[in-house]
Amino acid sequence: MWIRRIARHGAAFLLTTLIAGLLGATLVRFGPGFETDEQQLDPRLNVQSIQALHASHAPERNVLAFYIQYLRNVATGDLGVSRSLARPVASLLSERAGVTLQLIGAGIAAGWILGLALALPAVWFRAPLYDLACTALGGAFLCVPTAVLGLLLFFANGPVRFAIALLIFPKVFRHARNLLTDAYNQPHVLAARARGLSAARIFLRHVTPWAAPQLLALAGVSFGIAFGAAIPIEVLCDLPGLGQLAWKAALARDLPVLVSLTIIIAAFTQLTNAASDLAIAACAPERA
Amino acid sequence: MKGVLLIIAITATSLFGQWGGELRFCLRSDPKTFNPLLVEDEASETVRYLTGGVLIRVNRLTQELEPELATSWKISRQGRAIAFQLRRGVAFSDGTPFTADDVAYTVRALMDPALHSPTGDSLRSAPGNVETTVQAPDRITIVFPAPVAGLDRLFDQVAILSSRSPKKEAAVLGPFVLARYTPGTELVLERNSHYWKTEANGRRLPYLDAIHLDIQQNRDIELARFTRGELQLINTIDPEMFSRLSKQEPALVHDAGPSLESEMMWFNQNPAAPLPDYEKAWFRSKNFRRAISAAINRTDICRVVYYGHAQPAVGPISPANRFWFDAALKPHAFSPKDALARLQQDGFRFENSVLRDREGHAVEFSLVTNSGNKSREHIAAMMQQDLVAIGVKLNIVTLDFRSLIERISQSFQYEACLLGLTNYDLDPSSQMNVWLSSASNHQWYPNQKTPATPWEAEIDRLMQAQAATVIPAKRKAYFDKVQEIVSDEAPFLYLVTKNSLSAVSPKLRNVQPAMIRPQTYWNAENLTLAPAQLARNGQ
Amino acid sequence: MKRAHNIAVAVLVLIFAASLFAGLIAPAPYASQFRDFVSASASHRFWLGTDDLGRDRWSRLLYGTRISLLLAPAAALLSTLLAVLIGGIAGYAGGWWDRVIARVIDLFLSLPWLFLFLIVRALLPLNTSPLTSVIVTFTVMGLVGWAPAARIIRAGAQSLRHSDLVLHARACGCRGLRLVLVHIAPNLRPVIFAQFWIAIPTFILGEASLGLIGLGVAEPLPSWGNLLRELANPQAVAGNPWVLAPLAVLVIVVSCFQLLLPNKEFSS
Repeated sequence: MWIRRIARHGAAFLLTTLIAGLLGATLVRFGPGFETDEQQLDPRLNVQSIQALHASHAPERNVLAFYIQYLRNVATGDLGVSRSLARPVASLLSERAGVTLQLIGAGIAAGWILGLALALPAVWFRAPLYDLACTALGGAFLCVPTAVLGLLLFFANGPVRFAIALLIFPKVFRHARNLLTDAYNQPHVLAARARGLSAARIFLRHVTPWAAPQLLALAGVSFGIAFGAAIPIEVLCDLPGLGQLAWKAALARDLPVLVSLTIIIAAFTQLTNAASDLAIAACAPERA
Repeated sequence: MKGVLLIIAITATSLFGQWGGELRFCLRSDPKTFNPLLVEDEASETVRYLTGGVLIRVNRLTQELEPELATSWKISRQGRAIAFQLRRGVAFSDGTPFTADDVAYTVRALMDPALHSPTGDSLRSAPGNVETTVQAPDRITIVFPAPVAGLDRLFDQVAILSSRSPKKEAAVLGPFVLARYTPGTELVLERNSHYWKTEANGRRLPYLDAIHLDIQQNRDIELARFTRGELQLINTIDPEMFSRLSKQEPALVHDAGPSLESEMMWFNQNPAAPLPDYEKAWFRSKNFRRAISAAINRTDICRVVYYGHAQPAVGPISPANRFWFDAALKPHAFSPKDALARLQQDGFRFENSVLRDREGHAVEFSLVTNSGNKSREHIAAMMQQDLVAIGVKLNIVTLDFRSLIERISQSFQYEACLLGLTNYDLDPSSQMNVWLSSASNHQWYPNQKTPATPWEAEIDRLMQAQAATVIPAKRKAYFDKVQEIVSDEAPFLYLVTKNSLSAVSPKLRNVQPAMIRPQTYWNAENLTLAPAQLARNGQ
Repeated sequence: MKRAHNIAVAVLVLIFAASLFAGLIAPAPYASQFRDFVSASASHRFWLGTDDLGRDRWSRLLYGTRISLLLAPAAALLSTLLAVLIGGIAGYAGGWWDRVIARVIDLFLSLPWLFLFLIVRALLPLNTSPLTSVIVTFTVMGLVGWAPAARIIRAGAQSLRHSDLVLHARACGCRGLRLVLVHIAPNLRPVIFAQFWIAIPTFILGEASLGLIGLGVAEPLPSWGNLLRELANPQAVAGNPWVLAPLAVLVIVVSCFQLLLPNKEFSS
């Protein structure tokens, strides 16, 4: 039964990832500017060279055929060659992955710590002024473009990766505060308080399990938010990560790179969401 | 006596430069290629310029040709052939001797039609094979299938490859050699210990030990690093940053005068474009185009967008291009009154602040330009405001570059376009594919089977005539005529010519900012660092 | 906190009224270029100074507020409604529905939606008015931006599916849509409102980011997004702090929205 379950989940994972890659390729292929090249505007190039530029896009014109060939190559470890950077996609990804993982990993961790650290006093002490101040602070950081936060940190000689933390913490604060406040208003918590249970016990045994599923769901989504924020930060602050690569590839309509990145993001998103679903199941098995 | 010796030492130092040190500046992107024959982006061009050895060099200050790896040359057969006398005793960076075989190898590779090299296409004036004849290890003659206008100048862009070195393209003849490349981060070029140029006392140049190129797209960060002293030059600096920096430290910034770059717009005159007929009629009217041109305040654009570091453009040739610029031409004057007068000639009428054509259509059109270029977006916004005075409604459509290229060269789904023009080469023959009506870069109506108008036919004739002769004065006369027709018919409305702006640290010596690229490091082998900077580098 | 609630209402009404009557209040049209006063500091004539083209920043802020104040919350509402519908169905129905919808959500989170924006822009007629273009942009943002919220709402709906509350309601004969609308959705309010509140500045900043590739508000129409793009040059901001005015207004509006949202803690 377990094997069947794992196989079913594995098949769904694979199918979703493959569909994501195909849809991503389709979006890129049918987006405007696909078969163009900046070189076309170079007046030195003659008509044969320009025709050769157009012809170089031929293998990518049929999306399905391109995708099938791409998957065949992936099976041999070949992710293709980037049109815009003229380098193997696999090398580009492996060189840049570390920068992005460091950026989003540290950003998410710091964001959650800060968000929870601000939310818990708001729930425990219920001081309206404190809540107002945190709301305003979080709101302020939500309103500043993340890339600008990164730049400000750069010019202040601070850690640029903290910009992602400043984006994540308001969301964590707001959700955690609302969920935990709601949890404290639940009948079973009121009953526990009436029976004289300690604050710590109430929090750990009654409040946290109630709020955990949605917080864990937010944790899963945090990765997507963080990667989305990594793109403008890496672009504006010139960090050579996957976000910068995604941006350059999008501007250049670099199909091999974009398809590879879409597949990686799809796989990563599913893994993080699956991990959060498993954690939810562990916290509240009857809800899984 | 000691004082005399000290003065001699100081003089000697300033005459011969300090040896050693690492120059640091930025590239805006990763180089797309390290094959010097395939260079087409600025970053690759920088690497080629600093590492490649060429037969002839265009002096960026004087714009005259100077011997480099060729000590002399002679053009014959009406511009079809060029014979080089090569410098002796020169070696590639790995010690492989440089001979005429290397020149022959490079030219054959460059002229391979399958390579599709921009430089190769510049030399390919007609189909057919190139013949290379090596008469001696230091003498070679190259014969092209048809005359090539400005043949000798084009060799400024041809970096010679070794035909025998096991290092292939990595073996170079320039002052520096590529030592390290970290994608997305940096390139380091180190001194070529076999470089052929020497100082007066025989010591091999360059003075610098290395050039460190950081890949940095963000200009604010680049400027911050420059002001902190981490970088010693900014080769091209934005006008706004130039203005800011000049208020803080005026000695750091240099305005070398007009560059070869300008901004221009044009109307879509392609009859196959998916536009209403009445709009096509507007755009094909010379009076309409000249009227729009007269309604644009170029002086304000220079003042507001470029902080005064630009000038109203005259035509396709910048005043920086001393030989080819037609000094008799003037920019179209700003005069909304004249604009309306011209429009009235074509039956337009200006009523209740709205301009209408003969059939009563309100004159409204869109201007596409590429997004992310703040200056260009500002120019478009200023034009939008200027045209209100003559009752024209201009809609600005910003597109990412690829979408823009698709519109202007494939779908032709646009009305007017605003873009920049960068001339890589001083010789107007490099613009052949813009001026010939049959060419794909004839932006306002490309790929014509026969010239659509008599003036385009005349331009075709003049461009072919100037390409067919080697006499400079004759070529200039032909091309002056082209410039006059273009100024009169206004298929392109030339807006501004940008100035060449750079920032140079006082720690970097012998910099002589030029108007044409590369503005500040064109004499890289002669650049030196001040002693204080050398001490900072640990020397 | 009733006082804070009232202050928030007053501030929002003031800002909204100011933007509606921008034509009367603004000292100059938003497109007028005072070319002799480029990048000017705040003065009696230009209360927030002028921008790079000499346009009055105070006038542009008033007109830009109208665009962003109407469209960003509308887009946020659209995305939140879609998230409630899709996430709610997944979490409540469970089983096969939940698994499929979870995969669809993961797909939505992975795709390069930038190209959809490019396609939509390419399909718009050339002379589309800037206002129409920005409405379309915000609508597309609302249509593709539901996925993160849907995941969270799904988790919440899953929790409620097994709660005593729902068990009780079922025992009383409550089923289907009535159960969702009367019992489940109201109990997801904190999450839904949090998501709505967060989405507003997210969409405004999204519009600013799209502007970098030409998909934002077209010139000369101002919006908070394109006003915020001036912040991308921190060193210039240091010399001209009036550039921060749109950011201040955005923070105030977002905070006011948050104070206005129903909150059990403050209503008791």
